[in-house]
Amino acid sequence: MTASEPAAGQQAAGTTGPGASKATGTWSSRLARPRLAGAAGLVILIAAIGFFPLVFTNATATNFGVVTLIFVAVVAAWNLFSGFSGYLSLGHAVFYGTGAYFLVVAAKDWNFTNSSVFWLLPLAGLVAAVVAIPLGLIALRVRRHTFVVITIAYFFIAQLAASNLKVTGGSSGLLPPVPNYAASTFNNPFYYVAMLIAAASVALSWLIRRSRFGLQLRAIRDDEDRAAGLGVRAMPVKLSALVLSAFITGMAGALWVYFIGEAYPQFVFDPLFDLAVVLMGFFGGLGTVAGPVLGALVLEPTQLWLNLQESNGYSAEILFGALFLVVIIFLPRGVLPTGAEYLTSIRARIARRRSAEGGPPVPVPEPASQSTPAAGGTQ
Amino acid sequence: MTATLRAERVSKAFGGLQALADCSLAAEAGRITGLIGPNGSGKTTLFNAITGYERIDSGEVYLGDRRITGSPPQRVFAMGIGRTFQLTRIFPRLTVLENMLVPAQRGLSARQHREHAMELLAFTGIADHASALAGTLSYGQRKLLELSYVLVADPAVVLLDEPAGGVNPSLINHIADRIRELNEAGKTFLLVEHNMDFVMSLCDQVTVLDSGTVVASGTPAEVRADPRVLDAYLGGAPGDEIPGAASEPEASHG
Amino acid sequence: MGSEIGQAIAAGILGGGVYALMAAGLTLVFGVLDIINVAQGILVVLGAYLSYTISQHLHLDPLVGLVITVPGMFLLGLVIYWLFIRPLRGAERTSMTLLACFAVALIIEGVLYRVYGSGYVSITAWFTSSSIHILDFYLADSYLIGFGLAAVAMALLYLMLYRTTFGRAVRATMQNQSAARLIGIDVTRVSAVTFGIGTAVTAVGGMVYGAISGGFTPNSGYDLISRLLAIVILAGMGSIGGALVTAVLMTTAEALVDIWQPDWSVAVFYAALVIILTIRPAGLFGRRAVRAQ
Repeated sequence: MTASEPAAGQQAAGTTGPGASKATGTWSSRLARPRLAGAAGLVILIAAIGFFPLVFTNATATNFGVVTLIFVAVVAAWNLFSGFSGYLSLGHAVFYGTGAYFLVVAAKDWNFTNSSVFWLLPLAGLVAAVVAIPLGLIALRVRRHTFVVITIAYFFIAQLAASNLKVTGGSSGLLPPVPNYAASTFNNPFYYVAMLIAAASVALSWLIRRSRFGLQLRAIRDDEDRAAGLGVRAMPVKLSALVLSAFITGMAGALWVYFIGEAYPQFVFDPLFDLAVVLMGFFGGLGTVAGPVLGALVLEPTQLWLNLQESNGYSAEILFGALFLVVIIFLPRGVLPTGAEYLTSIRARIARRRSAEGGPPVPVPEPASQSTPAAGGTQ
Repeated sequence: MTATLRAERVSKAFGGLQALADCSLAAEAGRITGLIGPNGSGKTTLFNAITGYERIDSGEVYLGDRRITGSPPQRVFAMGIGRTFQLTRIFPRLTVLENMLVPAQRGLSARQHREHAMELLAFTGIADHASALAGTLSYGQRKLLELSYVLVADPAVVLLDEPAGGVNPSLINHIADRIRELNEAGKTFLLVEHNMDFVMSLCDQVTVLDSGTVVASGTPAEVRADPRVLDAYLGGAPGDEIPGAASEPEASHG
Repeated sequence: MGSEIGQAIAAGILGGGVYALMAAGLTLVFGVLDIINVAQGILVVLGAYLSYTISQHLHLDPLVGLVITVPGMFLLGLVIYWLFIRPLRGAERTSMTLLACFAVALIIEGVLYRVYGSGYVSITAWFTSSSIHILDFYLADSYLIGFGLAAVAMALLYLMLYRTTFGRAVRATMQNQSAARLIGIDVTRVSAVTFGIGTAVTAVGGMVYGAISGGFTPNSGYDLISRLLAIVILAGMGSIGGALVTAVLMTTAEALVDIWQPDWSVAVFYAALVIILTIRPAGLFGRRAVRAQ
């Protein structure tokens, strides 16, 4: 897998190494200045997301927007743990659901209504984060694929508990308070809160990727025993990543349940949710920062649209399953890293053609390997 | 500030197989010690035992005066013993420079960390590849990378498992030179090797292992002439040379 | 009360036999291919639906129908392996194959929903409503037949593994894939056939499950796979015998708990899983991890 260093929204791009050409104007040389292109792209993306509900005011569009942004947050958070550490979690719904149920119960018990409910979100995240600690202490001691299976077990335990405990209302579920927002712009507050959480999630992902903590995580992914032998304290590092991931996922779950206005165990703990999150992470590019964002932005609206097309929503299952298989067989590293490599090979071809024609030299990036600048590792 | 690494009467069995039996070995402070022996004689097991990757059944390991028997790999590393592996273990999806930044180093700022790393990469000769993904390196370059990142924490004692194995001749000399330089700067080395020229020209002391026991120990010249060593490699054929030292003898066992 | 407990134990042991068979399939596949087939649950449900169709629409005895479903599922297993598992390579292979199995499971579930809808069905045959009376217990015929089938299938499995050349190749591959390759074993072929066997046992398990479960839907796959996974991890993921013992223990424990707390009985599986893994990450019968991650 290639190591890409882009922030959210940046075009997939590698670097050109030292001494980048200062050629201006042509599209090929613009590809050769990814940093600038990336920053511009990011600004445009954030603006687009920010203005979206003001432009597309119909309820379906903003509904899609809210849910998609929630998924951006969750997938980025999931990737922060699973993508960087290599421990694939198929049980993140546990954190999602914990945050969700906490919000409903807390809002009711402590009498929070309307916009003040949003203040409960960080608390919900905290609860999920605390839950992650014992779960992680048990699950992170085993080998990688046992870990995946244990997370699946955690998922079923959570679903079982939610269906049977009184505090969660059992299988008849719970209802959060209904805010008194105007019908025409009902979705908007949710939209902007979701945007905030998504931005926080991606920013956290980006910061970790550039930090020593992130380096240790990725070393653990590549060779945990060797990393441990070099002084990396594997358990605290993995657990910290899981807790951070759970915190954001819990917040997202709490927001979601407030948005859709109901909490039933089979919807809060839905196996398709976990699979969708993993699929989006893989699709975009596991372990990158922008990959999960891309995955969520592309796939979630697709799923929502599919669910709208037919009342019998099982097509989504078949389609997602099929898409997943296609992705892991043909695009195992995800769209972004594969796309980045493709771009690299295009630039290499341009450079070769340029030098063959006797034009100004364009630095040839290293073939088939994507570089991060030396400064990228630990700043 | 280096120290002598000593293994005393170390024994280790895997099920019914006695991999190490009463092995005693000393890597003298400031010297380069070689550990040789036929395949299966227990060299890597001894390395693993010393550096905490295997549990010892009986015996002790000392670093200077300190008893380090049974210490896990991270403690061994923290005490200033670095080791490489026979099959190089690098972090393929991290860049070369990032590989260098994995070993924990206290008290250095990020910038100093990086500068130190780049210096070491320049020392071993792969600085040009700093931004390349380690997985794209050639075999020889990986060996250099592993050597480099082991040196990051400035270990007093360095254990190298087949540093010259599978590497082309010019690179072997390069590696040997680097080892000599580091040794002159005060580091103790313990090497496992099959390449006899390499061992004999580089090492001050050589210990020979066969079937888990030490059969000889001394200067390269002494060991080369020792009949027990010839026995170990050749299974008792008199009058033959050590493989690699002169003409090629018949294939040894193991 | 005593007969209730005795009844529960009897049901637990008999039912455990079937779970043991399906868990054995999982363990075998794990041992040879190093993958956890999380589709095993839905495959059992598929087997159940196939047997259901055979008995309802073809009016065949489900036992006779096994002659069709077992080879059929075997072939399905071969196809799944060949198309979706064999192509996966690289460092992340183990995680990816697990996700591939998950994806296949989802597809099968979706298809089942489309074909059969979401209503509960169950298999009815000559053995599903009668029981024999021994001492104080009523042993449902379906349970007895299920246990018998499971026993036969396990015996066949054992014979295959320990008395045939192919079985020897399977055991060799389980111990050391690269060494097996070196002595000329076609590991791909062994893997494919083993995967097929793992799926074929779900045909048997499915028929029995369909008969004793009292009603199933495509959604039942989750319940099944969660139990099977719990059994297999608890047993330690490498030992078929261990999976057998664990399966019987767990189903018996569940049957016992069911007497007092029916809502939570399935939690026995998870509770045991979490407790044992805290004490012994390698599982009850597992060897210490020898493979690289």
